[in-house]
Amino acid sequence: MESMEMYLPLIWAALIGVAVALYIILDGFDLGIGILFPFARNETERDQMMRTVAPFWDGNETWLILGGVGLFVAFPRAYAAIMPALYLPVIVMLVALVFRGVAFEFRTVSHSKKGWSFAFALGSILASFSQGLVLGGLVQGINVVNGQYVGGSFDWLTPFTVLCGLALIAGYGLLGATWLHMKTDAEVAARSQRQARYWLVAVLVFMAAVSLYTPLAEPRIAARWFSLPNFYFLWPVPVVTALVAFACWYWIERGREVPPFLAAVALFLLGYAGLVISNFPYIVPPSLTIWETSASPGSQIFMLIGTLFLLPMVLGYVIFVYWLFRGKVHAGESYH
Amino acid sequence: MDADPIFLARLQFAFTIIFHIIFPSFTIGLSAWLATLGGMWVYTGEDRYQQLMRFWTRIFAVSFAMGVVSGIVLSYQFGTNWSRFSAFSGDVIGPLLGYEVLAAFFLEATFLGILLFGFNRVPPWLYTLSACVVAFGTMSSAFWILSANSWMQTPVGYAVKNGVAVPVDWLKIVFNPSFPYRFAHMLNAAYLTTAFVVVGVGARFLLAGRHLREGRTMLRMGIGLAAVLAPLQLIIGDQHGLNTLEHQPIKVAAMEGHWDGSKPGELVLFAWPDEKAETNRYSIAIPYAGSLILTHSWNGLYPGLKSVPPDQRPPLVSVFFAFRIMVGLGIYMIAAALFGALLWWRGTLFETRWFLRIIANTWWAGFVAVIAGWVVTESGRQPWLIYNVMRTADGVSPVPGATVLGTLGLFIVAYGIVFSFGIYYMNRLIKQGPDTTEPPQDDLSNFGGNPIAAARSAGRDI
Repeated sequence: MESMEMYLPLIWAALIGVAVALYIILDGFDLGIGILFPFARNETERDQMMRTVAPFWDGNETWLILGGVGLFVAFPRAYAAIMPALYLPVIVMLVALVFRGVAFEFRTVSHSKKGWSFAFALGSILASFSQGLVLGGLVQGINVVNGQYVGGSFDWLTPFTVLCGLALIAGYGLLGATWLHMKTDAEVAARSQRQARYWLVAVLVFMAAVSLYTPLAEPRIAARWFSLPNFYFLWPVPVVTALVAFACWYWIERGREVPPFLAAVALFLLGYAGLVISNFPYIVPPSLTIWETSASPGSQIFMLIGTLFLLPMVLGYVIFVYWLFRGKVHAGESYH
Repeated sequence: MDADPIFLARLQFAFTIIFHIIFPSFTIGLSAWLATLGGMWVYTGEDRYQQLMRFWTRIFAVSFAMGVVSGIVLSYQFGTNWSRFSAFSGDVIGPLLGYEVLAAFFLEATFLGILLFGFNRVPPWLYTLSACVVAFGTMSSAFWILSANSWMQTPVGYAVKNGVAVPVDWLKIVFNPSFPYRFAHMLNAAYLTTAFVVVGVGARFLLAGRHLREGRTMLRMGIGLAAVLAPLQLIIGDQHGLNTLEHQPIKVAAMEGHWDGSKPGELVLFAWPDEKAETNRYSIAIPYAGSLILTHSWNGLYPGLKSVPPDQRPPLVSVFFAFRIMVGLGIYMIAAALFGALLWWRGTLFETRWFLRIIANTWWAGFVAVIAGWVVTESGRQPWLIYNVMRTADGVSPVPGATVLGTLGLFIVAYGIVFSFGIYYMNRLIKQGPDTTEPPQDDLSNFGGNPIAAARSAGRDI
């Protein structure tokens, strides 16, 4: 029993970690397309851009539900502490997602596509920014007393969270641009290739800023990275990140189609790994660990059994649908 | 306005969940309708089914998108608005929602991609199979979410340890006492709601003299389904009511406006329940009929509102009137469906224009009945969040009232915009009608008089 209560939360933390990582990547390029919408010349180009994600967006956002519900299932006390603390950014994110989600369908039925293109772009940008705020709000810490959040409605609003919000817009912009370069042709692909470079530079600037700021602001994060022997194991993380960034740039310059997207995904995963390393085992830094917020073993096992069956199935048919809609979306192709 | 955080949290949740339930009520039924049309298409090879399927798929897409985005909101609102409830009951409710996501949401969302964009990429059988998978997904989604909701109404199979509800028996939790009734009632409601929309659209086409063949198909299939489901709903609803009487008698007392449990209950047709004076004003009631329905005996007794102190009674006016709206619409739907079936049997369904006009203008009946039904069961659960276990006031998040009020305003504006456009676009898609550019094929096969064969042959022109 003792060891089960030790390991089950670890397994669940890993599962939720994977779900959140999948969400960030899958909905990342999806939101990225909304971020890139204002740069398109006309609605025909926007049709082409949207068409590359239209069959997938719904499934992509389901990973966000899995992240939220997964937290509720496995770490209900963390869910209950985080949501009230980050109430406003979470709700703004949800409302922004409402507008960009319905825009997929409304845009095609509407007389003029302009209005819903605007809603799609604004919703995507605002949702990305809010997700950055949520992420930053978590990393900078939430005050919890007796399992409940204590603090005001705007405690999350700091220069750091705003930095994280902008960082996520840049990151999703990079994912979106490299995705479009891979999945489209003609002018959209060419412009995406040009823009990918700028987004990459922005991502690296933001990553550097977050990497410098967090250890300076949070002694526990500095201790995690720079104390010995941790440093011996962790120094490759920034080095690999630099190498991947260089490779991403190189492949974009060479006009390669798939590798820049994969490199952008790898950059995201490395940044994500960095945040996990900085904060583990806190799930509500610096107040609660995964063990303190964990659901009872009976709940975690009941859900784990189903997950071991269902998650591989889900991954299987998600991959099938991506395979079904493989290949490029050509300029001028109709929407439905 | 007084910024009472509990009242505002309830108001916000009520608003977002009422907005949400409109779309599942439609998409659960509509996905089954699409799957049926797909099955007929594959089975008969007739284009008319495929054209109808494609037509309704466009409407489905708009409705489903609104259902998904408003559903994502709810999966986070448990935490944002009811964090103390989440902390207390997450061990029990959480996995039910988790199964909903893994066993239903991913199925729906992923195969919807094929349904919307895969028509030219996959063979007809796989296209139809995708519709079936989406229909199955919406149904299993209803299964899990209603299980979670029913556990809040009739909590069993758990123990409280260190101030937290922990699971003891999952079978009891999932299949808690009110769940089978609520699931059957809601699922049937969703199919019935959709049947009335389909019938309404079919009637609209016939009245306008356009898409006659498709309109007749829709009318026949819809009326045929509703004539079975609407009376069935009466039986399920009655059983659900008896189950509620057993487990939540005060909710039933509020529904019936029944104050004094020492006397046999009246069937109150209309009244204004006065909470202060503890009586019904302006009451029109049938003596003993309440007892007859609820206890199946003339002099049967059941608990009245006065059997509990006022602070344990639900808000009377909303429960009492919502119940009457639901039942009234239910009776209307039974009457309309049976009368439609009678006209069909007499062969005058497509020519009885006054009837077509009525059903074309009451496509909304199912939606309003569903919302009213949910108001009955959720308001009727008050003042409890988890019945007899946790009060609503004890489950709320530590978020200031002003913040909840601000986001409530945001939701009202956002949903107002999205809903108005959504309805407007769906209406336009319906006006455009099915795309019937391909030439119709002759269908010489003849079917017997039984309903299934009739439904199958319903695509035929008369």
